[in-house]
Amino acid sequence: MTATLAATTTITTPSVAYHALAPIFIVLGAALLGVLVEAIVPRRERFSVQFLVTLAGLIAAFVTVVLLHGTRTATPSPRGNNPAFAGSIGVDGVGLFLQGTILLLAVLATLLVAERSFDTGSSIVASAATVVGSPEDRRLARTGRVQTEIFPLLLFAVSGMLIFPVANNLLLMFVALEVLSLPLYLMAGMARRRRLLSQEASVKYFLLGAFGSAFFLYGLALLYGYANSVDLVNIFEAQRTSGQSDVLLYLGLALLLVGLLFKASVAPFHSWTPDVYTGSPTPVAAFMASCTKVAAFGALLRVLYIGFSGTQRDWRPIIWAVAIASMVVGAVFGITQTDVKRVLAYSSIAHAGFILVALVAVSKASVAAVLFYVLTYGFATLAAFGLVMLVRDADGEATHLSQWSGLARKSPLVAITMTILLLSMAGIPLTSGFMGKFYVFQAAWHTAGPLVVIALLSSAVAAFYYLRIVVLMFFAEPPENAPTVSIPGAASAVALTVGLVVTVVLGIFPQPVVDLANNAVSLVAR
Amino acid sequence: MHNLALVILMAIPLVASIGVFLLKPSQGRIAKIVSLVVALAIVVYVVVLTARFDTAPHAPRFQFQGSWVWIKAFGVHFAVGVDGIALVLVLMAVVLVPAVMLASWTSFDSRSGAEEEIVGTRRRSAKNFFALMLLLEFFMIGVFVATDVFLFYVFFEAMLVPMYFIIGSFGGPRRQYAAMKFFLYSLVGGLLMLASVIGLYVTTGSRTFAISELIGKVPDGATQKWLFLGFFIAFAIKAPLVPFHTWLPDAGAEAPAGGAAILVGVLDKVGTFGFLRYCLPLFPQASAYFAPAILILSVIGILYAAFLAIGQRDMKRLVAYTSVAHFGFIGLGIFAFTTQGGTGAVLYMVNHGLSTGALFIVVGLLIARGKSRSVNDYGGAAKVTPLLAGMFLLAGLSALALPGMSTFVSEFLVLVGTFTRHNGLAIVATTGIILAAIYVLYLYQRTFQGLVSTRVEKFRDLNVREVLAVGPLIALIIFLGFYPKPLLDVINPAVKYTLSDVHKTDPAPKLGPVAGGLK
Repeated sequence: MTATLAATTTITTPSVAYHALAPIFIVLGAALLGVLVEAIVPRRERFSVQFLVTLAGLIAAFVTVVLLHGTRTATPSPRGNNPAFAGSIGVDGVGLFLQGTILLLAVLATLLVAERSFDTGSSIVASAATVVGSPEDRRLARTGRVQTEIFPLLLFAVSGMLIFPVANNLLLMFVALEVLSLPLYLMAGMARRRRLLSQEASVKYFLLGAFGSAFFLYGLALLYGYANSVDLVNIFEAQRTSGQSDVLLYLGLALLLVGLLFKASVAPFHSWTPDVYTGSPTPVAAFMASCTKVAAFGALLRVLYIGFSGTQRDWRPIIWAVAIASMVVGAVFGITQTDVKRVLAYSSIAHAGFILVALVAVSKASVAAVLFYVLTYGFATLAAFGLVMLVRDADGEATHLSQWSGLARKSPLVAITMTILLLSMAGIPLTSGFMGKFYVFQAAWHTAGPLVVIALLSSAVAAFYYLRIVVLMFFAEPPENAPTVSIPGAASAVALTVGLVVTVVLGIFPQPVVDLANNAVSLVAR
Repeated sequence: MHNLALVILMAIPLVASIGVFLLKPSQGRIAKIVSLVVALAIVVYVVVLTARFDTAPHAPRFQFQGSWVWIKAFGVHFAVGVDGIALVLVLMAVVLVPAVMLASWTSFDSRSGAEEEIVGTRRRSAKNFFALMLLLEFFMIGVFVATDVFLFYVFFEAMLVPMYFIIGSFGGPRRQYAAMKFFLYSLVGGLLMLASVIGLYVTTGSRTFAISELIGKVPDGATQKWLFLGFFIAFAIKAPLVPFHTWLPDAGAEAPAGGAAILVGVLDKVGTFGFLRYCLPLFPQASAYFAPAILILSVIGILYAAFLAIGQRDMKRLVAYTSVAHFGFIGLGIFAFTTQGGTGAVLYMVNHGLSTGALFIVVGLLIARGKSRSVNDYGGAAKVTPLLAGMFLLAGLSALALPGMSTFVSEFLVLVGTFTRHNGLAIVATTGIILAAIYVLYLYQRTFQGLVSTRVEKFRDLNVREVLAVGPLIALIIFLGFYPKPLLDVINPAVKYTLSDVHKTDPAPKLGPVAGGLK
């Protein structure tokens, strides 16, 4: 890990490297523009204008990230009396890689949100505040009206996700956590069909998320008590110099981890995941499952590798335990599920465990492995959720597994695409999932050999439920009231194609992205 | 080192498979003809390769080598090459494919052609079956010619996918269960092997997966034993060796007969091939350490599976169990660490592929006529279908290793090779031959002899296409039974190389003249 000094010790006013923050500013600017659009653009045009603003903002931010590629800067902490000027934001290789991944995935998620050809309006509710089942609600549901605020909300969430993995200051990290979470709570409740379920998911996510945030904040407070600073670098140094009780340090770290692991949906802090993914509008679930996870692991990486790299021996057993718990819970509970979205939720819990396996081995290779894995996982999961949107009956999406029987007869293309994505999640060679797994396990082998074996065995268990879906789609007869398979509109067709292509291409030619991840391994602490 | 011969060999079925997939379902006939022509062309291609393979005493171990960087960051190469063992197995695999295609020609066209009536199923797409066969052929060639452990692993696992669809889409009534069981068993083994592959990469520290670079690099001790076990269990499941065999009867019974022929004939050979190519050279000390246990498991397998085969009523399950017994012989030959045993085991793999392939195909032809897998539904068929009965008997006799059949040569070599080192085990294993005679002849007797059952009365005998599917395989078995030299010449140097990797030399010959005469 390289550490570069951004500012000299004599300057008293913080010099903010605005160019390094440009992607965040662009997304935030687009979000604010979206709020304005909501106020001035007539309702008829609003959807397309919002869509364009969101897409343009995300793509512009992505281009900026690409231009920043190779920069290693830190912008100073607001604590002016600190002579070292520890950076509160470290825009480094890892941060840029994660930001780029998040932005690309967010573009695809936006395309899914904007898909209007399946349902009247879209999969987003017409008016989230209207009482469910009221005459007004029924009337609005038949119109093409959509709660277009979802687009600025998505942008706000993305801006939080962009800050989350580059924050070197715990207070800033907490703010980013809230900025990314609050819009997600709202978005979870905006499903057009099964609105009560969606609202339940929203409330559940909010309440549990609030707990998670509170844990994080409490941990932060204890760490401040220990190190007299909320900068990760100072916390790291305090571990050698501080005269405070170690209880503060360990309890603080533990509480901090609870908050972070909650967001990353790692067992045993995963219980919200299946319910929230099921209740949320599917494009929002796709967004949460891919982008939030990338951001959360970025933050986890930063906290553990910068703030606590000196106390590896103390936190490693904890990560071991939660990694095993997550893989086992994801694999075993996934088997009993009967709903496609819940299966994908448990799959995401299992995958979180695999990423933690890499995280345990504190090395350059493990950072690169985490980066590569979250990217492959994000694209496959997003595309899989996108496919769920296609299979529909009269009540909207047909997510019960039995309704997927014989899908290959109806639409071989959808079935084959889903199969490739599921095989990737199962880690079968010639898909990106296999390369990701190989990368992670290879990085972890030395420090965590037994963990690798557990990971491999649990991925064999998880393979059962991925394969069960394949069995249903290809080998079973379709049920009486078989759902129809919608033809995707241009927007979601692009998203699905990109997800599939990334999954296949990275499975066969992973070299460029592996190189990118390897070169990105640099964490700027200050 | 950029010989394209093997890459072209792999490209042909892959390209053809994609082409056939893209045809319309209504173009089944074109799909079949294209597939068959391609499969036959591949046979010719491999025969030419075999003829050009250098068997001179100091010829290089691997020939037709080609190597290209694939994933630089992991040190993975797309490296291919064949030694004698790989070459004869590729030859066997590509010979079996057109035979299976011919035998399955009408299986998916109409109800009457299908092996079994499955209520409520729609007609299945013949085009997809042939495309999957070609895809499988690509993976089968790849798995044998890979000389990079990572590449081998990729083919080893990817091979499951087309077979899974062949069982699941075209199989019998319990095909979903069988396909799932097949996949999961293989996957568990495969993942353990992946752990070992990574371990191999990390512990040798050579930043490469090239097998030639890794030989002799694995430190002796506990690590080597663990890594060996990872590979061994994967191969033992694939082979399958008792007690890892329980998936095979299900998969073999539920797969369509053509699929079962490839599954048992070729895919399972990857397991025994893996013992020879990876377990022995990479982990010599561990191989020697575990050899006694493996030999005992092999002998148990020979006897146990033979008894189970005698008791089976389901003909396809019966054939599957006979294979488990035969894999015991192959395991015996490999882990006896003698040239005769090793050579015999490799020859056994080839012969068993041909013989079990033929047996599965004739059983499939019988089942397609009677629409039942149960032995009890048949009887006296020899009077109605003499040609089928003849083919069935010949295939059966090759399975019981009758002298004059190629299987006899290999079984004899294995037993002789084992006897020179472990005479007790060889003696016990020999009883397996008697048991084999029982299950084969008992099966033949119950189905083709005796009173003509009502179900059998209307059977039609083999037509030209069906004779062309089985005939060449039987002819090859008989030819190799009398003249195995061409294959042995190719196999022998490769086995010697392998044994020198394990630091084993043959014990002083007690049966020298006999063995020498065969060589």
